[in-house]
Amino acid sequence: MHDKTLTELADGLEAGEFSSRELCQAALERIEHLDGELNSFITVTSEQALANADAADAARKAGDAGPLAGLPLALKDIFCTQGVRTSCGSKMLDDFVSPYDATLVEKLRQAGAVNIGKTNMDEFAMGSSNENSFYGPVKNPWDLSAVPGGSSGGSAAAVAAGLVPAALGTDTGGSIRQPAAFCGITGLKPTYGRVSRYGMVAYASSLDQGGPLARTAADCALLLETIAGHDVRDSTSVARVVPNYTAELDTSLSGLKIGLPKEYFGDGLDPEVETAVREAIKVYESLGAKVCEVSLPHTHLAIPAYYVIAPAEASSNLSRYDGVRFGHRCDDPTDLEDLYKRTRAEGFGEEVKRRILIGTHTLSEGFFDAYYLKAQQVRRLIRQDFLDAFDEVDVLMGPTAPTPAFDLGAQKDPVSMYLQDIYTIAVNLAGIPGISVPAGFAGNRPVGLQVLAPHFAEAQLLGVAHQFQQATDWHLKRPAFGKETA
Amino acid sequence: MMQWETVIGLEVHVQLATQSKIFSGASTAFGAEPNTQACAVDLGMPGVLPVLNENAVAMAVKFGLAIDAEIPETSLFERKNYFYPDLPKGYQTSQMAQPIVGPGNVEITLDDGSVRTIRIHHAHLEEDAGKSLHEDYHGMTGIDLNRAGTPLLEIVSEPDMRSAKEAVAYIKALHAIVTYLGISDGNMAEGSMRCDVNVSVRPKGQAAFGTRAEIKNVNSFRFVEKAIAFEVERQIELIEDGGKVLQETRLFDPERDETRGMRTKEEANDYRYFPCPDLLPVTLDSAYVDHQRARMPELPSEKRHRFENQLGLSAYDAGVLASSRAMAEYFEAVKETCDDAKQAANWVQGELSANLNRENLEIGDSPVTAEQLGGLIQRVMDDTISGKAAKQVFQALWDGEANSADAIIDARGLKQVTDTGAIEGMIDQVIADSPVQVAQYREADEAKRGKMIGYFVGQVMKASRGTANPQQVNSLLKQKLDDT
Repeated sequence: MHDKTLTELADGLEAGEFSSRELCQAALERIEHLDGELNSFITVTSEQALANADAADAARKAGDAGPLAGLPLALKDIFCTQGVRTSCGSKMLDDFVSPYDATLVEKLRQAGAVNIGKTNMDEFAMGSSNENSFYGPVKNPWDLSAVPGGSSGGSAAAVAAGLVPAALGTDTGGSIRQPAAFCGITGLKPTYGRVSRYGMVAYASSLDQGGPLARTAADCALLLETIAGHDVRDSTSVARVVPNYTAELDTSLSGLKIGLPKEYFGDGLDPEVETAVREAIKVYESLGAKVCEVSLPHTHLAIPAYYVIAPAEASSNLSRYDGVRFGHRCDDPTDLEDLYKRTRAEGFGEEVKRRILIGTHTLSEGFFDAYYLKAQQVRRLIRQDFLDAFDEVDVLMGPTAPTPAFDLGAQKDPVSMYLQDIYTIAVNLAGIPGISVPAGFAGNRPVGLQVLAPHFAEAQLLGVAHQFQQATDWHLKRPAFGKETA
Repeated sequence: MMQWETVIGLEVHVQLATQSKIFSGASTAFGAEPNTQACAVDLGMPGVLPVLNENAVAMAVKFGLAIDAEIPETSLFERKNYFYPDLPKGYQTSQMAQPIVGPGNVEITLDDGSVRTIRIHHAHLEEDAGKSLHEDYHGMTGIDLNRAGTPLLEIVSEPDMRSAKEAVAYIKALHAIVTYLGISDGNMAEGSMRCDVNVSVRPKGQAAFGTRAEIKNVNSFRFVEKAIAFEVERQIELIEDGGKVLQETRLFDPERDETRGMRTKEEANDYRYFPCPDLLPVTLDSAYVDHQRARMPELPSEKRHRFENQLGLSAYDAGVLASSRAMAEYFEAVKETCDDAKQAANWVQGELSANLNRENLEIGDSPVTAEQLGGLIQRVMDDTISGKAAKQVFQALWDGEANSADAIIDARGLKQVTDTGAIEGMIDQVIADSPVQVAQYREADEAKRGKMIGYFVGQVMKASRGTANPQQVNSLLKQKLDDT
């Protein structure tokens, strides 16, 4: 059962081949057996999951099953879940039990999905390797000495290892797409504003976006249909009709214009990754697509601009963790300043502190214009690069990350870690959607092909990815890890 | 001796009368149990997002229109970052670079009736913080977040005021505008209007401003006046003694009527303003502004002009009666009942105001309703009672003796006697009882008689226990005394 896609499992439930209880029980057992090694979950909600599975089975019998009824899913531990710990991978929120559900969580529940647990992540979504978690690093199921990517590393590893058929993550600078690439699965970052951010613990509010990680583009389509849409509780969510993404998967690629940003094939790109990506593009050509080179001239400014804007927003977003109302509080504070200083010194990890300091600095009097305002100007230029490119072509393609998954502990320097997101980060600055699909291997580690489309063109993006998966079987490859476990 | 000039600018925080908070659905009602009116958004829980309350926007726009201000098409919410236990998110959502209301003007009326214009720099929307409670917690601090997220309109004036009196007149003018508009209850005791007062002094004739001190959170008209008076004296003394005024934040202590500097440490804040990424810019097109304009009630200045020009009141009376919405509404209700604007104005400003002042009551708390007062005035105008008796009736209404002037007039037998026969009887009796005075009167010339008749009128009124119509008494007396 753990090899099946979400769509196949939905069909199996509908056909009565197995019950949701059986399905969820199997997932929980697999987690029990395998996750000790993988560490992809922070919290497993077995009891609740089985109760919800039973409810889904009952609903199905009553002819009242939602589109995701009885399907087990995992949620990145950044989504607030009522009555369940929501840690965000941080000591700061280790004991935080959310009093409410995120909109995305509510929508999944209404569709009948069963939440199996909360997945590991880089603390407050800050990281590209999942090594910045208070709960320890996650391992890559393809190679236990490699990282799964980050920050949605737990979600990606759990899907890749077949612990759950799909999971939800968030992407601020590549945090869905890069771990999807590293773990050989499909991950979609929707257009900014497509999915409500209400109840998603904020890292960088103008960049954060929730989305699915699954085996296939079709599964991502199924999940996006459920989680997308305007939310009155999120002013930045966009009031636009949600298309039936599943129904639009079977579009022809004939005449599709694909642009290859030359900046995405330059220095620093691993040759094996490049080979795999170029092979994937040949597949598209064989399916009738036209390929040309395009330029995104401000690409080199994306990482510097991101590391001004994201930390600036983060420094403000994370001010609420002060030990006063919830979360970690230091022992026996002597006065207010002591309470703040020790609570935050103890509660936050190193990378989070680094970004708070960077953000506080760039917003400070005397630096604001040179950093924050300049970065916003750069952001507009980057967005314009994409808009100009989409005047010429329908989609853009390139590698999701410059290298395959690297070894645990290999990236010691923060800046070299930041460079991991060189192909993904500009997408968040521009607000456009992007998807990473499995496109081969570099050695034993998966390679992701990134496809980008204009704002709100998720239907096209998913269709383009789905057609590739109809023609190739990279997405069907499974790691050896856990293969023997039922 | 150096002549000094005071320069005052005010930042007034007006709590807007929305049902729910500026960025959440929690209630804004005053006085609930601590932390019972703070939802996840107000508590700054992880993952929550603000949603702008449209009513707060409409109220701010109405204020802008009332002060003839420019309403920019786009305004922006920003985050003002600082740590404080009653500030749940570690930042206050406010506006800085692009406020919702641009420059405007407020007219103030001084005691001598002169009118001045105070320029408004801008007004912006922001959320209030919670309250820190320092008592009753054994050296710890209690936090009540009920107030967190309450919408505030901060109105920032230019440094246009030159005396404490002008500052108070300005706050009163703002109070009148916001209560007329119905955008705030204006209840200063509950903190619905709080002022930060910027005060500096400079030698008369000098163009450059002196260094200013900011007195935070002064929350009554009287305290504003006292705080300024103290601060001006402090600054002049300081300079005359060779010292320098520090640019600092000070607190007013109403117990001692003095201002004191706050610890300078709290001054060293860099608020790191930046646009709030959770809120879209507010875009107000001209159709929206026109829509609000069409819903504007009559404003204090418009009312003043109408009272003067249509009701024929003096400029002074019109100014006083229009100065507050409560006063104007009371006056108009009295006028409605008695149908005489001048009488209504006289009574509201005379007897009623005197009583209110004596007992330190607001007009809204008057024990005599406008309808009761109107009914009383009617009885004076139709000669049912004398002016003198009317004062008695008013006092009885004030004391709650009965529900209407008519009931009191009946109960006390104050109905004016206009029956000529009855009055003549009393006059005859008085003349019979006062032979000496009658003889003196008859010997006197016309000029003296005019004065002497007062004695007889007094006697007749006394005999009638005040119910005889004085004019009637007067003319009948004249006839009878002069006849023989």
